[in-house]
Amino acid sequence: MALSTEDIKKIAHLARIEVSDSEAAATLTKLTGILGLIEQMQAVDTTGIVPMSHSQDLVQRLREDVVTKTNQREEFQKIAPVLGNGSTERAVNNGLYLVPKVIE
Amino acid sequence: MEWEVVIGLETHTQLQTNTKIFSGAAVKYGAEPNTQACEVSIALPGVLPVLNKEAVNCAIKFGLAINAEIAPRSVFARKNYFYPDLPKGYQISQFELPVVGKGAVTIQVPAVGKHPAYEKVVNITRAHLEEDAGKSVHGAVEGMSGIDLNRAGTPLLEIVTEPDMRSAAEAVAYAKKLHELVQWIGICDGNMQEGSFRCDVNVSVRKKGSDKLGTRREIKNLNSFKFMTQAIEYETRWQIETLEDGGTIHQATVLFNPDTGETRAMRSKEEANDYRYFPDPDLLPLEITEADKARVQAQMPELPEAMKARFEAQFGLTSYDAASLTASRELANYFVATVDNGAEAKPAANWVMGAISAKLNAEEKPLADSPVSSEQLASLLKRIADNTISNNAAKQVFEAMWNGEGEVDAIIEAKGLKQVSDTGAIEAIIDEVLAANAVMVEEFKAGKEKAFNALVGQAMKASKGKANPAQVNELLKKKLTT
Amino acid sequence: MINSSLTNSSLTQLSQMLANKTISSVELTQTFLNRIDALNPNINAYIALDRDKSLAQAKAADARIAAGNAEPLTGIPIAQKDIFCAKGWQTTCGSKMLANFIAPYDAHVITQFDNAGAVNLGKTNMDEFAMGSSNETSYFGGVKNPWDFDRVPGGSSGGSAAAVAARLCAAATGTDTGGSIRQPASLCGFTGLKPTYGVVSRYGMIAFASSLDQAGPMAKSAQDCALMMNVMAGFDERDSTSLNRTKEDYTRELAKPLHGLKIGLPKEYFAEGLDASVATVIEAAIAEYKKLGAEIVEISLPNTGLSIPVYYVLAPAEASSNLSRYDGVRYGHRAAEYTDLMDMYNKSRAEGFGAEVKRRILIGTYVLSAGYYDAYYLKAQQIRRLIAQDFVEAFKQCDVIMGPAAPSTAFKAGEKVDDPVAMYLQDIYTISTNLAGLPGMSVPAGFSNGLPVGLQIIGNYFDEARMLNVAHQYQQVTDWHMQMPELTMPKDVA
Repeated sequence: MALSTEDIKKIAHLARIEVSDSEAAATLTKLTGILGLIEQMQAVDTTGIVPMSHSQDLVQRLREDVVTKTNQREEFQKIAPVLGNGSTERAVNNGLYLVPKVIE
Repeated sequence: MEWEVVIGLETHTQLQTNTKIFSGAAVKYGAEPNTQACEVSIALPGVLPVLNKEAVNCAIKFGLAINAEIAPRSVFARKNYFYPDLPKGYQISQFELPVVGKGAVTIQVPAVGKHPAYEKVVNITRAHLEEDAGKSVHGAVEGMSGIDLNRAGTPLLEIVTEPDMRSAAEAVAYAKKLHELVQWIGICDGNMQEGSFRCDVNVSVRKKGSDKLGTRREIKNLNSFKFMTQAIEYETRWQIETLEDGGTIHQATVLFNPDTGETRAMRSKEEANDYRYFPDPDLLPLEITEADKARVQAQMPELPEAMKARFEAQFGLTSYDAASLTASRELANYFVATVDNGAEAKPAANWVMGAISAKLNAEEKPLADSPVSSEQLASLLKRIADNTISNNAAKQVFEAMWNGEGEVDAIIEAKGLKQVSDTGAIEAIIDEVLAANAVMVEEFKAGKEKAFNALVGQAMKASKGKANPAQVNELLKKKLTT
Repeated sequence: MINSSLTNSSLTQLSQMLANKTISSVELTQTFLNRIDALNPNINAYIALDRDKSLAQAKAADARIAAGNAEPLTGIPIAQKDIFCAKGWQTTCGSKMLANFIAPYDAHVITQFDNAGAVNLGKTNMDEFAMGSSNETSYFGGVKNPWDFDRVPGGSSGGSAAAVAARLCAAATGTDTGGSIRQPASLCGFTGLKPTYGVVSRYGMIAFASSLDQAGPMAKSAQDCALMMNVMAGFDERDSTSLNRTKEDYTRELAKPLHGLKIGLPKEYFAEGLDASVATVIEAAIAEYKKLGAEIVEISLPNTGLSIPVYYVLAPAEASSNLSRYDGVRYGHRAAEYTDLMDMYNKSRAEGFGAEVKRRILIGTYVLSAGYYDAYYLKAQQIRRLIAQDFVEAFKQCDVIMGPAAPSTAFKAGEKVDDPVAMYLQDIYTISTNLAGLPGMSVPAGFSNGLPVGLQIIGNYFDEARMLNVAHQYQQVTDWHMQMPELTMPKDVA
């Protein structure tokens, strides 16, 4: 399946990574090579084979419903990113993380 | 042209646990922003999820309550999308293999105008466990949104129906029934204002008789039954008008604006989503054994359907009364407690559904805040049964108890409401009444039945309401026919 | 002289010297720090050093030794791959995205070393988010192979590899998703072990591909690896995939003779693509094992060739999702200028991630996207099972599997940077064990043109103690693992 630069841009948008036209073109060449490698799989008949998600056939362990975490807001917000757009403050305000306005 | 609306619901119920679905952070409502956002909640690099046992128990309870298939193995999947309130950039949910499979809920759709009430079965497609997102708070800083991740990771059970409902009334009846059921089995507090119970409603319209579904629009996050009715009715009208004007419906997510009563498409969801679901490699398959189900079954309360059937069989209640009493677990428990305290079942049912419910409605109080306890109500009903007071007097006693004026017997005493059952005293009263109302006596003798009731009324009035009405009837009849 | 013999000592020797008070942990730590000061500017093995923290830990270790409750690794300076969150330490995962990230919590592995009283000597360089086989994708620059500064140390645990080879630590930790412990161990000439998936907790280890990532030791010898495993392995309830097994002593089988050991040689590991001089070294090692009484069985792992395509679907798919949390909202890089939310996401991620990471995110996003899931992701998971079954069959005929760890010796920096497919083929012999979840190790087996060659040993699930025994016995009769590169030390340090 041949990819186009349009496809690259669509995928990059899904992944929220900005790509310029020239980057998209360069990425296209490399991704096409990698996908060529991946295509080898299609020659294998996998009818009836159960997909393998984990190497061990185990089931999920359950946690007791007991509060074990304490408030570490101050600690965690010390490493908040710098707000940007001219501000060198951390992107937090009254305990909230700040992002550009979310439009619903 | 006759149109038909087709409705399906997706309901997010917050499960009543102490901690989040994948971490030991607390889930109390109303905490200061991000004070319940642990390293897992804010998705620091390297953190991992571990599943909360209680969330699984809740899912099993629900599966048992709707008689559904409970998957022996279900799988958690990642739903990938970017949103500031979704810290990992994916939501852990269940996709191909949900914990609860097909089940059903029976709903009572109330009478509307000429249309009588009816019962209907709504099929449940599935219910799956997932984590809630955080919240965006607007207005704190100009041009910015604030992100609070306290809610991120709160356990949810998303309950999905088949597109089985055909009117706003049916959709609301289902939502109410589900709302009651999840509280009945103790998995959700049902608090709609706090977002513990949120409904997304899928609405489409089609020409009557068609078996093809129309394009649906999803109304998001309805947090009251009133809004649900308004939103569905508006959306249905809008879709029909759009189609009749030659337009087409595009699949969309819409929001309901309670101020205007209108729905509008969300801007942020315009682009087609590609969630790239895949099994979460950080979590192993969830196994639920027969023993797990039996263990949870043993903790389950009697379900409304079973209780309703029991009320009919054990107390001889009508199907309607039994259904009304089992509309909420609290109400049913109150009724049972009244009976257990010595009241007869039928009068207890009438009083619980009548006087008690009317008072609570009028004062917008929950049953838990009723000033009259089931024990007090039982005492009152016992006084009616043993002829101490008349039904009418009982209403006064009830009113006084409601206002906190004391216990039943004390009130009867204080207000002098004790019924007169002494034959001699009643006969004396009747003789006076007959003497004073000769005209009526003549009318009765001439065949006018109404005159009899008037004479009873006069006798009761003369006794200041205290005479036992049955005795008055009996004695009066005797005197007039001899 | 005492310094270079110190830094070249085994963990057991160091442990004894500390117990005897021949040396203190503070002195030992200072010795390594001085050597790092002298050599690291050229090698670039470390991203972060914090002398005060390291020395404070050393001081605490000395107190613990004095109090008489030391454990084998108490007081020993260990380099930690910068993929492990360590509270108060810069933890970058080799990325600009996390260049300023100070971890507010400890990974399970870090806690285990702390509990053992080990000294955290610093955070080692690595390919960005562990994606690479040459350490050239690191935001903090490439790492020199101590055997030849023009060559790469392998990757992704390239910094740990160079640190162990250049004796810039007593031992190091690494992680291995497709060969990231074993390939650099081969290219830098030391012993590295990737345990069975689930033996070492992943909590606090920054995720690349969750179903494949596994941490393990990188050290001078099998015996040292065993001592490291005793600290690293163990159940952790915070990792759902952590295995709840009885604690084991990984040194317990070291001394066992190898008589009757059945070694399986997969014919696919000696086919086209293997450098002839590497093959010669491996064959010589196998001959040595025969002398130790082992039997050789030819086996087949028919789906080996498919391991690369399968890996390059599954690992990027998981990675694309694992790396979605780096959105510039709560920590990490946020673009300096942005117009709206979408722009902030797009720019922060475009700036914060390097080219190889972006490539893999895009591949992963693509193979999971609507319409392609079945053809790529599901198919890859099915073939993953076939690959795992190959090993089940193989282990019916042998006790351990041996072959090369990498198809060639260390290649030149820049040689494969622009050819991802050629780079990916570096992992042809290591990837399938990650897909199967099996343990694998690389053991120094000789040299080709002055560059180290590693022998890979693959064991059955939970056979780490046996594999360490197999490697240790070989190291009793060979001294390849004792060879170290000649490094010119500035006078005032040596």
